[in-house]
Amino acid sequence: MDIIGNLDYNIAFVVVAAIYAVFALGLNVHWGYAGLFNIGIAGFFALGAYTSALLTKASADPRLFEDFKFGGNLAASFEGIPVVGSLDLWFVVALLGAAAVCAVVALGIGFLTLRLRGDYLAIATLGIAESIRLVFLNEKWLANGSKGLYNIPRFLGDVVAPRNYDYLFLVVVLVVLAILYLAVERITKSPWGRVLRAIREDETTAAASGKNVFKFKLQAFILGAAIMGIGGALFAYNVRFLSPLTFDPLLATFIIWAMLMVGGSGNNKGAILGAFIVWGVWTRTQFLPRFLGEPEFRLFLIGFIIVAVMLLRPGGILGEGRKVSRPAWQQKTASPET
Amino acid sequence: MALLEIRDIVKDFDGVRAVDHCSLTVEAGTITGLIGPNGAGKTTLFNLITGFHRRTSGTILFDGRRIDGLAAHQVVARGIVRTFQIPRELKAMTVLDNLMVVPAHQAGESPWVPLLAPWRVRREERMIRSKAVEVLEFVGLADLQTELAGNLSGGQKKLLELARTLMAEPRLVLLDEPGAGVNPTLMKKLVADIEAARRDRGVTFFVIEHDMDLVMRLCDPVIVLSEGATIAEGPPAKVQTNPLVLEAYLGGLT
Repeated sequence: MDIIGNLDYNIAFVVVAAIYAVFALGLNVHWGYAGLFNIGIAGFFALGAYTSALLTKASADPRLFEDFKFGGNLAASFEGIPVVGSLDLWFVVALLGAAAVCAVVALGIGFLTLRLRGDYLAIATLGIAESIRLVFLNEKWLANGSKGLYNIPRFLGDVVAPRNYDYLFLVVVLVVLAILYLAVERITKSPWGRVLRAIREDETTAAASGKNVFKFKLQAFILGAAIMGIGGALFAYNVRFLSPLTFDPLLATFIIWAMLMVGGSGNNKGAILGAFIVWGVWTRTQFLPRFLGEPEFRLFLIGFIIVAVMLLRPGGILGEGRKVSRPAWQQKTASPET
Repeated sequence: MALLEIRDIVKDFDGVRAVDHCSLTVEAGTITGLIGPNGAGKTTLFNLITGFHRRTSGTILFDGRRIDGLAAHQVVARGIVRTFQIPRELKAMTVLDNLMVVPAHQAGESPWVPLLAPWRVRREERMIRSKAVEVLEFVGLADLQTELAGNLSGGQKKLLELARTLMAEPRLVLLDEPGAGVNPTLMKKLVADIEAARRDRGVTFFVIEHDMDLVMRLCDPVIVLSEGATIAEGPPAKVQTNPLVLEAYLGGLT
């Protein structure tokens, strides 16, 4: 096998795995910390991806967007904003915009649904995710309906030669993942994260300890959704084509749950590790001979891994562990005094 | 002075009237007992006071201000904290975290402060931590502070419940059967802790208890609830011989 081809494949793998790791981090805020049973990740996935695509300036070639008036017009109306030298900062605007739109939608959804517990919240999020998908499918003026958005402009696409673009994007994705990891780690290993864990363990005790459970759940839901929005945006820039069919529950919700379960719910490192492991298993097995390479069998394999991890290490590979409350940035300085 | 005053409170669950025009007061500085046969409405009354249930009618005053209609966390903010009949510890969290989560108005409880001003959280955490350790020493769980709360024994969980209430710096603590499932040695410790908390920290206690021994030793006065209403009130020895109380417990003696 030629080395360059192999390298390209590995880069593409790391890019997608890292994007999934962003989703796993978001889900970890929802489930790992706050115990919110969100099985509608696909909704925020789609929302983030479409938002960033629609916000992206159709600068390069307007013909690319001839079927796609809304996004083009929207971007045109923002003409003249953030371009610093040749640095096209639309990417940053789009990324933050995706996070913001997801946050606002999460606020609305959360306000309506977060008084539900456990399974009921799951049902609600599932339905809402499907509704979001159907909005993008049926509102053709918004995002070209079932034909989808294609040729989404590349971020900094004119800076590097197309054949080297993957390297640039790899760095971008890893930097975004690193920033999100550090931020989430800081926010969750704090008194705020402690309240979330308390709510996850027992809502009643949290309320009896004076915590406004609904407020904290809403905050966690919004934060997790915003992170998922950023994941969706990165996804859009990577595949550069979006259609409502992209966001099927298997690859936009289920597999992210598998990643978190395998890596370790309640552990941000675990979420990232799980994303790389599960995505590795999912993609590397497609070249297996005969039925072994069929999606059905690969899906079975992921199910098998989940069961194995649950049996051998119920908390996931890294797991939450025994946290002693101390902010992440001073964890090394002292051991618990007795 | 009446710290807690319940006036003519009613609670219906669909067709069932659990609390029926109940009125009572808890005086500041007392350890007031609440006894009564099963189904008398004791725990329901606690749930009404602490905001876990909404009353059907009536008023609840704490320190002269109405607290009926407040949510559970708002009641805690006023200074009333409760325990549960069956301990509800935060299982996957350490004993220390079970307590450190309690103090109100922590700056680090906003998601922004830890991100943007971590030094503020650090200082605050040191204070909360030493307070938690102090409370753990008080109840005798200091050696277990890094243990997961789910691994504690039944009796230790009871102590942790008490510690959780003290951590909130309460004015009134409602204990729901602190003695249930506790061995005699631990019971002595629990009684001593409760008395010390009243004496040294000025905490008023309102205690549901079935164990008459414990009630006699700990509580004064004692209020008796039957079928959702108070039927007797007074010093424990007197209540114990009250014919109405005997009838409620044993049924049809008169």
